[in-house]
Amino acid sequence: MWGFSRAQAAALLVMVVLVVVSPAVLYPVFLMKVLCFALFACAFNLLIGYVGLLSFGHAAFFGMGSYISAWTAKNWGLSPELAILLGGLVGMALGVIVGWLAIKRQGLYFAMITLALSQMIYFICVEAPFTGGEDGIQQVPRGRLFGFISLNPDMAMYWVTAIVFLAGFLFIHRIVHSPFGQVLKAIRENEPRAVSLGYRTNDYKLIAFVLSTFVAGIAGGTKAIVFGIATLTDVHWSMSGEVVLITLLGGLGTIFGPVVGALVVSAMENYLAQFGAWVTVTQGVIFVACVLAFRRGIVGEIGAKLRLAL
Amino acid sequence: MSLTRRALLGSTAAAAALPPRRSRAQAANTIRIGVLNDQSGPYRDTGGTTSVICTRQAVEEFGSHGFTVDVITADHQNKPDLGASIARQWIDTDGVDMIIDVPTSSVALAVNTVCREKNRTYINVGAATADLTGKACAPNNVHWTYDTYMLARSTGGTMVKAGGDSWYFITADYVFGQQLQRDTSTLVTKAGGKVMGASPYPFPGTTDFSSYLLQAQASGAKVLGLCNAGADTVNSIKQAHEFSVNKKMKLAAMLMFITDVNALGLETAQGLNLTESFYWDFNDRSRAFTKRVVPKTPKNWPNMIHAGCYSGTLHFLKAVAALGAAKAKEGGSTVVAQMKAMPTDDDAYGKLTIRADGRLMAPAYLFEVKSPAESKGPWDYYKLVETTSAEDAAVPAGETGCSLVHA
Repeated sequence: MWGFSRAQAAALLVMVVLVVVSPAVLYPVFLMKVLCFALFACAFNLLIGYVGLLSFGHAAFFGMGSYISAWTAKNWGLSPELAILLGGLVGMALGVIVGWLAIKRQGLYFAMITLALSQMIYFICVEAPFTGGEDGIQQVPRGRLFGFISLNPDMAMYWVTAIVFLAGFLFIHRIVHSPFGQVLKAIRENEPRAVSLGYRTNDYKLIAFVLSTFVAGIAGGTKAIVFGIATLTDVHWSMSGEVVLITLLGGLGTIFGPVVGALVVSAMENYLAQFGAWVTVTQGVIFVACVLAFRRGIVGEIGAKLRLAL
Repeated sequence: MSLTRRALLGSTAAAAALPPRRSRAQAANTIRIGVLNDQSGPYRDTGGTTSVICTRQAVEEFGSHGFTVDVITADHQNKPDLGASIARQWIDTDGVDMIIDVPTSSVALAVNTVCREKNRTYINVGAATADLTGKACAPNNVHWTYDTYMLARSTGGTMVKAGGDSWYFITADYVFGQQLQRDTSTLVTKAGGKVMGASPYPFPGTTDFSSYLLQAQASGAKVLGLCNAGADTVNSIKQAHEFSVNKKMKLAAMLMFITDVNALGLETAQGLNLTESFYWDFNDRSRAFTKRVVPKTPKNWPNMIHAGCYSGTLHFLKAVAALGAAKAKEGGSTVVAQMKAMPTDDDAYGKLTIRADGRLMAPAYLFEVKSPAESKGPWDYYKLVETTSAEDAAVPAGETGCSLVHA
């Protein structure tokens, strides 16, 4: 069903069970952070893993999504679901512009254009009055879902985040396993050949880019609502780097990889915070070890061992 | 379905390997202090581990008063969202009663929101924003060491009196820099000086200040005010030195600490004017405090932030002892009310009081950095130029915009 193989269905089941059970064991706010980053990484993985496009500016869409959600929730008093959706739509609109420019080039040039445009967006965020500059948008209310369910208790917010994450995850999986997704993979493997078969590859790439930025915006918006804050961290290029690390560590082009990667990276940030400077050092070492020793990432390596596509 | 079982086993093992939710049952008589600051980035020497050492020093000296105290620490990497989520987690799952230090204004304000929501004591030592005792003031927070107003007042106002009556600014073009420039300009003009111009530069990412320095030199102003922080300040001072700008103009670093002076070296930093509210070689008590702490942090002597962590922790613990640990656990506003009710007294800051809006009323000192010839020993860097009284160094009580004052 939905293009899931038996192995993937089993893994999905495990993931859903973990999402449901883990707040009883782990700190829910931490889990919400993991879910937001997992969704963001899934969106990024759609591009790099299935179309072969390395966008080095995804933080722009994530961050803009988070700013827009925070701003509308705080100043217009929008309910959280609308604020998040609006964040996604703005991310998408931005994706249309950036994507339209960037897909005119390939490979490294594509990555550089996305990086350059996202830096432009970063500087707009530094200067624009609505973002609050250095301080960001703080004290964003979590509000009431559909106007009547208060999200102030952490568990209520957790279930909403979990549903947003699962919906986004299934959405991406559906895209990847649709005929459209098949064409994307064909472009990844051999673009001239896809062109020779009569596909207008630029249109496909643009649509994939825009879908990815939409989900990235949703992830950013959810993060803003969960933490009640939207800041420059979310648009900074190091966030683009972090999502590359997450995806690479979890496994490029595997549907579950980004989720595992997000869990590992966020857990490191969270539980190593008490060791001060060691967080960034450890992240660097893990990145190097991953590139040198297991290039397929955690899920990729497990999948290769079991001879399964996860 | 052997596969499901295997996947299930694997993920269970993975879940078990994750650190479990810490559910240390909080004994009613343990007070937990969290030191939250930058331990890997640009502010690791101005705060960082020396802040932790000074906090522990205070705990050690305080001794036992019927409750135990433990100190935990984390690196917020100057990210407001990370800082807020660490603070939230500390309070929710680790039972932290007081959070101290928190440099970087944006992080400071984010943590302030969390502490107010959860009603825990918040002693900000490391951040500059005057909003902590203004718009964002709360019954559970205290701002200890310095703020933008104090810096502007002491460095700006006092230098004008000493003859530095025309100013030029080099300003990091973001909220902090702009605010500092605005505050300083106001006070310079008020004191009878005038502002000849300013060069805002793009932040972050500027490393070459030569064109701004030349503009400053051409303006004919007597004082060059540097409205920036950390590495930018260090870079601009070094380059001012290379262009001999410091021979023609007085350099005033609006935000700089003795730890930065140490990093620059006296050769480059000599003649610089800056403001701190603590200097280790100030009197017998401050020297005694420094003597006790320095063996633990020999390469990084205490600056005003470190001393503030010591002083703030000691005063907090005294307030807890006065209330009793059980009552102190009820909430941050109770403890802070007690802190405001009693005067502080410690070796680093001496005898002071805390105002209703949460500002520690400390005098500010304008220092000039000594030349290598004048310096007689390690860290003998400052000579005192002028003291600004506590009343003058703080935003006038009626003008803070703090809601607690009218209440």
